[in-house]
Formats: sequence, structure tokens, C-alpha cells
Amino acid sequence: MFLETTADFMEVVNWSRAQFAMTAIYHFLFVPLTLGLSFLCAFMHTQYYRTGEEFWKRTTKFWMKVFAINFAIGIATGIILEFEFGTNWSNYSFFVGDIFGAPLAIEGILAFFLEATFVAVMFFGWDRVSKGFHLTSTWMTAVGANLSALWILVANAWMQHPVGMTFNVETARNEMYSFWEVLLSPVAINKFCHTVLSGFVLGAVFVIGVSAWFMLKKREERFARQSIKIAAIFGIVSSILLITTGDKSSRLIAEFQPMKLAAAEGLYDGGENADMVIIGVFKPADRIEPGEDPFRFGIRIPGLLSILSFHDRNAYVAGINDLINGDEEHDLMPASEKIERGRVAIAELGRYRQAIKDNDSSTAEEVVQKFSPDTPEGREFLTEYFKYFGYGYLQSPDDLKLNVPLLFYSYRLMVGCGMWFVLLFLLVLYALYRKKGSLPFPKWLQYAMLWSIPLAYLAGQAGWIVAEVGRQPWTIQDLLPTVAAVSRIDAGSVKVTFFLFVILFTTLLIAEVMIMTRQIKIGPKNDE
Amino acid sequence: MITYDFLQHYWWLIISLLGALLVFLLFVQGGQGMLYTIGKTREERNMIADALGRKWELTFTTLVTFGGAFFASFPLFYSTSFGGAFYVWMLILFVFIIQAVAYEYRRKPSNFLGEKTFDAFLVINGVAGALLLGTAVATLFTGGNFTVEKANLANIGGNTVISQWTTPWRGLEAVADYRNLALGLAVLFLSRVLGLQFFMNTIDDRVIYDRCRKHLLYNAVPFLVFFLLFFVSLMLSNGWAVDPQTGVISVEKIKYLHNMMQMPLVMIGFLLGVVSVLASLVMGHFTSFAKKAIWFGGAGTVLTVLCLLLCAGWNDTAYYPSLSDTQSSLTIYNSSSSEFTLKTMSVVSLVIPFVIAYIWYAWHALTKAKITRTEGAGDDAY
Repeated sequence: MFLETTADFMEVVNWSRAQFAMTAIYHFLFVPLTLGLSFLCAFMHTQYYRTGEEFWKRTTKFWMKVFAINFAIGIATGIILEFEFGTNWSNYSFFVGDIFGAPLAIEGILAFFLEATFVAVMFFGWDRVSKGFHLTSTWMTAVGANLSALWILVANAWMQHPVGMTFNVETARNEMYSFWEVLLSPVAINKFCHTVLSGFVLGAVFVIGVSAWFMLKKREERFARQSIKIAAIFGIVSSILLITTGDKSSRLIAEFQPMKLAAAEGLYDGGENADMVIIGVFKPADRIEPGEDPFRFGIRIPGLLSILSFHDRNAYVAGINDLINGDEEHDLMPASEKIERGRVAIAELGRYRQAIKDNDSSTAEEVVQKFSPDTPEGREFLTEYFKYFGYGYLQSPDDLKLNVPLLFYSYRLMVGCGMWFVLLFLLVLYALYRKKGSLPFPKWLQYAMLWSIPLAYLAGQAGWIVAEVGRQPWTIQDLLPTVAAVSRIDAGSVKVTFFLFVILFTTLLIAEVMIMTRQIKIGPKNDE
Repeated sequence: MITYDFLQHYWWLIISLLGALLVFLLFVQGGQGMLYTIGKTREERNMIADALGRKWELTFTTLVTFGGAFFASFPLFYSTSFGGAFYVWMLILFVFIIQAVAYEYRRKPSNFLGEKTFDAFLVINGVAGALLLGTAVATLFTGGNFTVEKANLANIGGNTVISQWTTPWRGLEAVADYRNLALGLAVLFLSRVLGLQFFMNTIDDRVIYDRCRKHLLYNAVPFLVFFLLFFVSLMLSNGWAVDPQTGVISVEKIKYLHNMMQMPLVMIGFLLGVVSVLASLVMGHFTSFAKKAIWFGGAGTVLTVLCLLLCAGWNDTAYYPSLSDTQSSLTIYNSSSSEFTLKTMSVVSLVIPFVIAYIWYAWHALTKAKITRTEGAGDDAY
């Protein structure tokens, strides 16, 4: 009987998860626009620097004002995330703080100060500092904002694919042995590129959408046209790169997080030459019989999932049931076996702690050797048992099951929107360049541009749902599930802070949207 | 020779420096707390918001970096204090969230909460932010009610949480120790003193200048009273000493006084800092050099807080004493990251002087032009 897995304890785990998810969702409403719009402001500011034309100053100042409104609330929601690792996930903070803390500290030292210092010059530098220093500050703000994203995404990628570290049984925690492996892990590089590029696309869609509103209102025609031009070029380049990083992401997930892939694809029973359901609707979960097709209906493309996951039509893709029950032919260990092995590793840790208490140095030394990466015995134990350390905290293989419909639909929403944005940018560029010197945008395209703004936000949120819901129940893939990572606080305290933050963030979001829409309505002319 | 021991001391120095810079930068909070005291009219409040609004992000960023650096270098503190003193840290976070949007939104049209609400956010953050942070920092000397048991991680059938708080108050019990409150109030009034000195330096307005000089005295007196109360009681208090060879922690009488005596450079630094802060108080209220007082006040604050924090963690002292289980107390030896991580981050820390240099340059570039009554009419004013 797991004493800690009582209803009350699970309430703490679930509310802590809800609080973190809620904060992350709010934070990621604002961050992508900061990432994309900061560069767009820098491009426009550069135009002003080069031409000295008052038009570009007005244009830059308008977008900077929008940036500032969004930036402030992004900071407000961001601070909570950093501290929540400690307040709500104290075991996590200890267990991996040696690796995870470093990117956060470097983020502060290298990126946040850059952003915070130069953003003040960017906003207030007009006519107060030299034009060159002012432009440099705008670029530094963009670089700083995106550098911030680098370090937190390196940390996040490490949670999804822990590398460059080993477990030290003496300190009972994971310790880093290679900073470069952490920083340059393929998952980290791809996650950074994919997330930042999605921010660039959102920034571009936002600028195009707002400019389309001015077109619809027949206001600020030159401003709208020039803003669209810069944003569309930035957007199409970013979109194409986004697709390539998305493709890479699929392959990395297939390799390192097969359960996430299987859930996002609704693949219960895997196989070679696996089909991909492009669009489909699930049957109710309780009405799916074993071996039955889980889709009420779906459009399938034979072999596509194998191709996208491994660039090989004949590649084997594991399904949810294969990962739970195991598949000897494809070298898949049953989850129940992983749980047993994890418990062996945890028991060895317990044996070491007890030996230290009892001053039993020979037992302590024996366990240390077991966890040592420097001996053949240690390497074997680390790969055969410690690798499944986190599974030892799970009650049953069912704990590994994910919310398949949520992941499936979110993934398709993200990819579908991404494809639409490519088409949108192409249409906008075609409209821009087919006939010079006029505003050749048809009305339907202007509306499409405007209504793509909420789609860009939906796509970003859907992407995070795939990334974060898809890695449950792990805080650190295979090493630490949420049930073993949480702080020992009562559920009531977490509920109180959860609702306080919901009320506060929602209030501030309403204020932000109202202020921003008003500023947009005022437009660039009234800023002078 | 860079040893693990050296790196642990070096990172406590970095943490102390960040903490010291944070206390100095709390002048933003101090200034906000006096938004209505110094700003009698809407125009004057806008000038104050303009002056502080160009600096608040530095304070905010320093707080975030302080947290991040603590996490990276002493993760056991992060998991113990943040996960334990839950209510205190959540309160601190709450008052900083409301600050982050207040400057940008307070005067924007269609701001549905109204200018007064956002000004109230600034005042709440200004008072509660400084008071709570000061009280929380005091617990580095006075301790907390927690236990640390790494064996819990292996306790699959039971409680697996390593660091646990032993009171249901989750850190709020810190107010029951008068020393914590004394430091909290000292930091609050110091932040107000620094805020006033900053206004005198940055705002070019006779009315505000005269008002600041007057209020400097009103805030300097309670600051000195509470700071002296904290300092004297600290020097007479027990501290938790650690034997670096065995790791055994024991209570030592007048430990912090011993630390000052055994680390003469730290003591000299502390005294220089105090003298510099005192000089700034005199300059700010009694002399015609009041505009320069912030530099003496700022440098003195950094030096004083730096040396106090060094006193908390160096010289084999437990920097976070456990009031529930002496051996659970945190020291720079038992709570630090691995040697590899500390070494890696030490390389990164070499850029800190460069960071300080560009902050300094940007600060000067922006404050060359002083805030005036006509300034608030600009379209980028807060």
C-alpha cells in the first residue's frame, strides 16, 4: 500500500500540476509575441536609422508601444515559473538542481540583464541617447529576449531528454558532468529553434493581422503596407524553418519519448509501415475494445507515420499498448518490468542511506560502486536499473497512460495552423508584389489576416500542450515522476495560490487586451 | 588552486553580492512606497513614476537572478526554503507580479482598473516587497523550522519528500522573532531613504527636492533604530557552526560576533559600508550635496549587506539554521551544487563585470537628462 498516494496527496500533486500549467499557459500567451515583435521592431528601427525618415520613427514607435504593453505582463507571469520550481516542486529542485539550476542562473546573468537594461533605453532613448546607441539597444533587447528563451528551453529540453549527468548516490541527486552535452543536446537545440521560430511566426502574424485591421478601416495605408511587407518576409522564412524543426522534433520524440508520439498520433497498437491519421475523431475511451480501431472516422495515409518518425517507410513505430505491455520482437520492455527495476535502484539508494546511518562503510562502498559510471558493474547497473529509477515511484503501468484525445487534437491544431500560416504568408507576399504602388489586398484576405491572430496563439498553446502533457507523468523523463517531485504542502494552500493567481492573471490579461486594442485603435499618428 | 571549498565560498560571495545589489535596488520599492507622500499632485506622481519606471526592471531582474543563482549554486536551500516557507515566498511573488504591469498600464487609456489601482499596486509592492524580502533574508541568520532527510527519497511506501517544514505556518512564523521583523523594517526604511536620495538625484524639481530632504530624516531615524536593534541582537545571538571535516553542526555562542572578529576584512568592509550610509544620510538632509547622497547610500548599502551576508555563510557558519533539527541546518558545504557545476558557473560569472559595465553605461545615458515637470507630457512617459 502506498501511503503517500492517498487521495489527499494526489490532490497536492494535481493542484501543483494545475498551478504550473496555468502559469505556463499564461506566460506563453505573452512570450511568443515578445520574441517575434522584438526583431520586427529592430528591423523597423533599422529602417529609421538608415533613412532618417519620420515615417519609420512613427512606425517603430507604434510597434514598440504594443511590445511594451505585452512585455510587462510577460515579466509578471515569468517570475512565478522560476520560483514555483522551489515552492511546489521542492524534491525536483533538489534532485536535479545541480543541472537544471545552471541554465536558470545563466539566463539571469547573460540574458535578463541584457533585456532589462536595453529595453529601458529602447523605450526612453528617443532623443536622449545617440541614434546608434538607441538602435543597438533595440537589437540588444531582441537578442536578450531570445537568449532568455534559449536558456529556459535548454532546461526544459533537459527535462524531456536528460543528458550530460550521472546519479551520485552519496548526495542522492543527479550531477552534471558535461555542460556542453546539456547545452548542445539535439533536443535542446531543436526545441530552442522550434519554439523561438514559432514566436517569430506569431509576431509576424500579429503584425500582419493588426495591419490588416488598418486596411479594413482604410487608415494608415503606407504604415500597414510597410509593416506587412517586413512581417510577411520574416514570417515566411520563419515558417519554413519552423516546418524543418517540426520534422526534426517528430524524429526526436520518436526516439526519446515514444509514448508522447504514440499518444499524439492516437496509435494504440504499433507496427511497421505505420499509418498516420491526418484528421480523425475518437470513439469514447470507454467504448474502445482491445485491438479495435479507436477512431470513429479518420483520414489515413499509409506509412506516413513511419516516414515522418524515422524517415523510413518500413520503420517500426511503437503504440501505447506496446509500450505498456512490452514487445520482445522490437526490444520493448514491459512497463511492469521497468517499475520493478526502478524499485531495485531506489532500494539501493535506501540501502546506502541506511548504511551511512549505521556507520556501515563496507555496505556504503558497495552501493557507491554499483552507481559508479567508472566501473563495468556500475555502468551495467546504471543502464539496466537506474535508467528506470522514476518508474519505481509509479503504482502501476496505468500511470503511464496519457490523455490521448487532448494530445491528438492539439498536435493537429498546431500543425494545421502552421501550414495555414505558410499559405497566408505566401498569399500576402503574392498580393504585395503582384502590383506595385497600390494596396491590392482583397477583402477576404484582409479578414483572413486579421483572424489569423487568434489562430497563432492557439497554435502556440497547442504546441505546449503536446510538449508538456505528452511527457506526463514525468518531470524528468524516466527519472522523476510528478508524484515524487512535489513539495510537502497541503492541497488547500496550493488551491488558494492557484485561484489567487488565476484571478490576478485573468484581471491583468483583460487589462492588457483592453489597453492594447485601444492603443491599436489610436494608431501611429496619434503618438506624435 | 581552485578547490571545491574555494568554489563554495566563491559562490556564497556571488550570492551575497547579488543580495546586496538587490537591497540597493530596492530604492525602487522605497520610492514607490512614497508615491503619495512625495507626489502630492498627479503631475508629481507621474514624475516619480517616470523616474522609477526606467529602473524597476533592474530590481526585478536582480531578484530573478538572485533566485536563479541560489538555485544553481545551493539547490538544497532552494528546495528547502521555497518549498517550506511557502506562504512567505508566495506573498513576495504576489506583490512583485502586481508591480510588473503597474508602470506600463497606469496611465494608458482603456485601463479598466484605473490609474489609482495601479498606483496602489506600486505602493503595496513598495512597502510589502521590501518588508517581506528583508524579513525573509533575516531568516538566513535566525533560521527556519525545517528538516532535511535525503533517505526519504528511497521511502517508496511513505513520504518521499526530502525537505519538510515542521510548522503549519509555512514561514509566516518568522514574524514571531523580533530580529526578523527588525531587519524587515530596517530594509523597508532603508529602501525609502535610498528612494528619496534617488529622487533628489534624478528629479529636477525644487518642491520635490525639498520634500525629499524633509522625509529623509523621518525615514532615516526608524531605519537606524531597527538596523541597530537587528545588528546588536545578531552580534549577541547564538549561531550555528559547522565542523568542515565532519560536517557536524553545533550551536555556538555569539557566533556572528566571532565571525566579524575572525574575518577582519569583512568587518572593515561592514564598517566602511555603515559609515558610507551614515554619510549619505547626513549629506542628504543637512548639506548642499544631497544630489550625490544616493551614490554614498548605494555603495554603503551594497558593502554593508555584502559583509553581513558573508558573515552568515563564511567562517564555517550554517547560513540557514534549522530550528527543528540542528543537523539539518544548511551550510555552504552540505547544500551546494557539485564541484563541476560550480566550476562551470564560475566561468560564466566572469562576465558579471561586463554586465555591470553596460548597465552602468545605459543608466548614465538615460539619466543624463533629469526628470522635469514637462517631461511627463511626452508620449513615452509613464
